[in-house]
Amino acid sequence: MIAAVDIILFSFLALIAIAILRMRDLFGVAMLFSLFSLLSAGLFTIMDAADVAFTEAAVGAGISTILFLATLTRTARECEPESRRNPLVPLLVVWITGAALVYGTDDLPALGDPDAPIHRHVADRYLQQSGEEIGIPNVVTSVLASYRGYDTLGETTVIFTAGVGVLALLGATAGMMRRRDEKDEEDEEEDQA
Amino acid sequence: MKHHVVLRVIAKMVIPVIMLFALYVQFHGDYSPGGGFQAGVIFAAAIILYSLVLGLDAAQRAVSPRVLRVLAASGVLLYGGVGLTTIALGGNFLDYNVLSHDPVHGQHLGILLVEMGVGMTVASTMLLIYFAFAGRPEERAP
Repeated sequence: MIAAVDIILFSFLALIAIAILRMRDLFGVAMLFSLFSLLSAGLFTIMDAADVAFTEAAVGAGISTILFLATLTRTARECEPESRRNPLVPLLVVWITGAALVYGTDDLPALGDPDAPIHRHVADRYLQQSGEEIGIPNVVTSVLASYRGYDTLGETTVIFTAGVGVLALLGATAGMMRRRDEKDEEDEEEDQA
Repeated sequence: MKHHVVLRVIAKMVIPVIMLFALYVQFHGDYSPGGGFQAGVIFAAAIILYSLVLGLDAAQRAVSPRVLRVLAASGVLLYGGVGLTTIALGGNFLDYNVLSHDPVHGQHLGILLVEMGVGMTVASTMLLIYFAFAGRPEERAP
């Protein structure tokens, strides 16, 4: 049953990716990106990664789409048609890279394998000890906020820095321009007086 | 989109629920999926919906960008402040055990505060970025 859902979700992902490549209308592309994220969230849910699915649905399908749309209203809605070049070389590069990646998956441990390296480092300790040490049922929260609190502080700082960067590029200049406009109007009023 | 009556009515019904859900995700993150980051994004999404339906000006009157700037910074400061407090109390940086007499209580308190910091910063930064992008372009034109 889960395999069937997996196959359906993955084929829709591939279809949407091809549709995004072929579309010229950027509004539609933004909508398809949102769908792509929503389907990924579904995949994460099937893998029992509810926290990741939650984030993907809220950020990928929600906020990023809004930001894409807001950007579209400020720029162009259609992308310019690209010049037709020989597609053979890019295609070859993509095929070789894809083949190398598929070859690499051969060495990966199976999904959910308890002997996978990621499960043999500290995961056991988190799962067994966090009940006594932290006393919180959701181990993900224990890891994120306590065991890996330092990393989460870094992530929060990254988000804050992103906000500061956007304000420095867009917000601050807008404020300055508005102030300049007001000043111009005042000057004009003075001139009239 | 002010003239779409259906959209406006539905949005007004849905927005409080979204905000309540954001608070649930924020404070129930210890027991169920979610936490400060997800809650912040959901809260921001509620206000973005408000802004989409009732206009950017109405949203900025409800949530002033100046307040958001302060909130974004104070979230990070709250997080870092918890870390500095634990140092002052004799522990390591972000070692919540020393926050209370009982180490487990200390962990609960530390996680609660830290997640609140994350939620504040994420919600206000998302809104600030949205406001910066959605600002009317005709004003920006030279």
